[in-house]
Amino acid sequence: MRRIFGLVLAVFLGQYSVAQEAEKKESNGELHGNFDIQAQYYNIDSAIGAPPVDERVRMNAFGNLIYTKGKFTAGLRFESYQNAILGFNDLYRGNGIPYRFFSYKMDDLEITVGNFYEQFGNGQILRAYEERGLGVDNVFDGVRVKFTPYKGIQFKGLIAKQRWYFDQSPGIVRGFDADFQVNEFIEPLSTAKTKISLGGSAVSKYQTDENTRFTLPENVLALSGRGKLSYEGFSLAGEYTHKFNDPTLDNGFIYKDGQTLFLSGSYSTKGLGINVSAKHTDNMFFRSDRDNNSVFNDVMINYLPALTRQHTYNLAATLYPYATQPRGEVAFQADLIYKIKKKTALGGKYGTTIAVNYSVVHNIDTTWLNDDLGARQGYETNFFGFGDRKYFSDFNIEISRKFNKKFKAKLTYINFIYDMEIVQGLGGKPVVYADIVVADLLYKFNRKTALRVELQSLTTQQDQGNWATIVAEFTRSPHWVIGLINQYNYGNSDKDLRLQYPFATVTYVKNANRLTLAYGRQRAGIFCVGGVCRVVPASNGMSVGITSSF
Amino acid sequence: MNKIALIVGVVLLTLSSAFVPDGRQLPGIGIKDIDGSPFNTSEISNDGKPIIISFWATWCSPCKRELNAIADEYDDWVEETGVKLIAVSIDDSRNVQKVKPYVNGQSWDYQVLLDPNGDFKRAMNVNNVPHTFLLNGKKEIVWQHNSYSPGDEEELYELVEKLSAGESID
Repeated sequence: MRRIFGLVLAVFLGQYSVAQEAEKKESNGELHGNFDIQAQYYNIDSAIGAPPVDERVRMNAFGNLIYTKGKFTAGLRFESYQNAILGFNDLYRGNGIPYRFFSYKMDDLEITVGNFYEQFGNGQILRAYEERGLGVDNVFDGVRVKFTPYKGIQFKGLIAKQRWYFDQSPGIVRGFDADFQVNEFIEPLSTAKTKISLGGSAVSKYQTDENTRFTLPENVLALSGRGKLSYEGFSLAGEYTHKFNDPTLDNGFIYKDGQTLFLSGSYSTKGLGINVSAKHTDNMFFRSDRDNNSVFNDVMINYLPALTRQHTYNLAATLYPYATQPRGEVAFQADLIYKIKKKTALGGKYGTTIAVNYSVVHNIDTTWLNDDLGARQGYETNFFGFGDRKYFSDFNIEISRKFNKKFKAKLTYINFIYDMEIVQGLGGKPVVYADIVVADLLYKFNRKTALRVELQSLTTQQDQGNWATIVAEFTRSPHWVIGLINQYNYGNSDKDLRLQYPFATVTYVKNANRLTLAYGRQRAGIFCVGGVCRVVPASNGMSVGITSSF
Repeated sequence: MNKIALIVGVVLLTLSSAFVPDGRQLPGIGIKDIDGSPFNTSEISNDGKPIIISFWATWCSPCKRELNAIADEYDDWVEETGVKLIAVSIDDSRNVQKVKPYVNGQSWDYQVLLDPNGDFKRAMNVNNVPHTFLLNGKKEIVWQHNSYSPGDEEELYELVEKLSAGESID
């Protein structure tokens, strides 16, 4: 692999001079890419529970290259983990090109061979995606065809294997999806205010049965149907997925079918937005390897994000974030945003925004069958029946207001109930009741210089007790950001663990290039991007980050 | 697999002799409009006037700070230069149904597109959000910027004014 990359690099450098000459010619192809390098030096710090790092220095890096010429596209990604920084699965080790593809697009047909990402519907039956910062990548490797026979109608078909670190999952995934935008292909409806779209998917995986205890299905099928109806500011969407018997390590090799129903309704108009959604999930781990039950959500075919708000303030985001329990849960969420008009008594000169959000997740109502020696169905459930165990709830309210050209403020209150035993899988841990208050203040000294301060407080009787965090971010546009953060676990019941976590960063930005230097202590936490989370242990040290796009 | 990587790499880099650094065109990627209907990014247009493409997400605070700061000035920007801002949300299915209520709740006048599986983001080589592109009247990408600090919108607008006046930016 190393030799190949050397060769690729040599060819690239050889081409560079040619590229210079080509500059003046008419454009007949384009090459673009991006880099990301994260390196960290680790100090020994047993007080915060930082695990020892033998290498002292670790690095994750990747570079993407995409070439396009008319209807043709090709690309690859080089990845390097020497060794993977803390928090990443150490199966990411060494160098490789785990992503390479080319595709050709004709008017109504697009063919891709090699690696590709894909999503059917909302992803609850099939989604291959990447969250590089979290080490999530279940990209497909195989063949995909997209066909658009008529406007508003699209078919997609794929047969592929999934990435598993620098290897592949044993199962073969076969998928088909059909999507119909009714108002587009039925001409008289093209100007109708009511818009309808419908879709359906079938996904099947094949894995040989080498199990000595059970006779397992080698082909496992899942079907999904979806629809969306909208009328001006109103919209109603839903998707139902049914997975036929799929005994796996995740579900204790029961033969029960799995299902997910997601419903969402929203209304919005200028200054007001409302969204209400509900989700029932039962026995929906769907992986292309029945013997993989990794906590890193390896080789998942489907995507089941949490139906809860994704917080961004440090204490709210990284101490008690919820992650979907694919074995079974019932979730409900309501979200409201309202902007009080500007130049009113309540709204002030620039208007004031209020956002309220509530979500709650329970177990599914289950009756155990104790049929391990019989049909192995495991249990029975009531559809949308709330079980009696609350996994999580979150009520939060956020008020933001611009007072004048120099000063903006945002106040947030959050109340969490969080079942650590269930969500983090830590037996014997308590249910945490926590209140969080954040004041986020932005002051602009002049057109280019600003200071932003966050004052955060988390209070709870459980787990590690109370926390206080202060963040100060001084920015000098367009190039410099200096950040300081200190987190203090002042309420820990163990006096020796009442620790502080100071951390400083300096960032230089020039166009699409960014360089960050950081030094300090980082608290153990759960870091989430999009719908996925990663547990990161505590660390102490210096880090360098470079990202660049061209 | 190694052999395939080698072949793809060599083919790709042989073709790269045609590499032209300026006048980069937008890739045509199938994503969605704010109502979830199919939208191809080659349809992005603004009648020969500058276009700003800003990648953001409902969970990204600096993204929202940037787009809210521009929203305060946007009427003037449009009036003076004819610029159009296209806000591409990379929210996945966890939050994508909240994008339209959020956009309306904030009273943004931008064209908003949805890129729930990151296809457009990947094609544009965006590492993380916020990431902002500026396109000239010929829909060529002439400038890009990663991250947001208060005041960055001033630099962006100076560049928009130059493009609008027919000047080139270096």
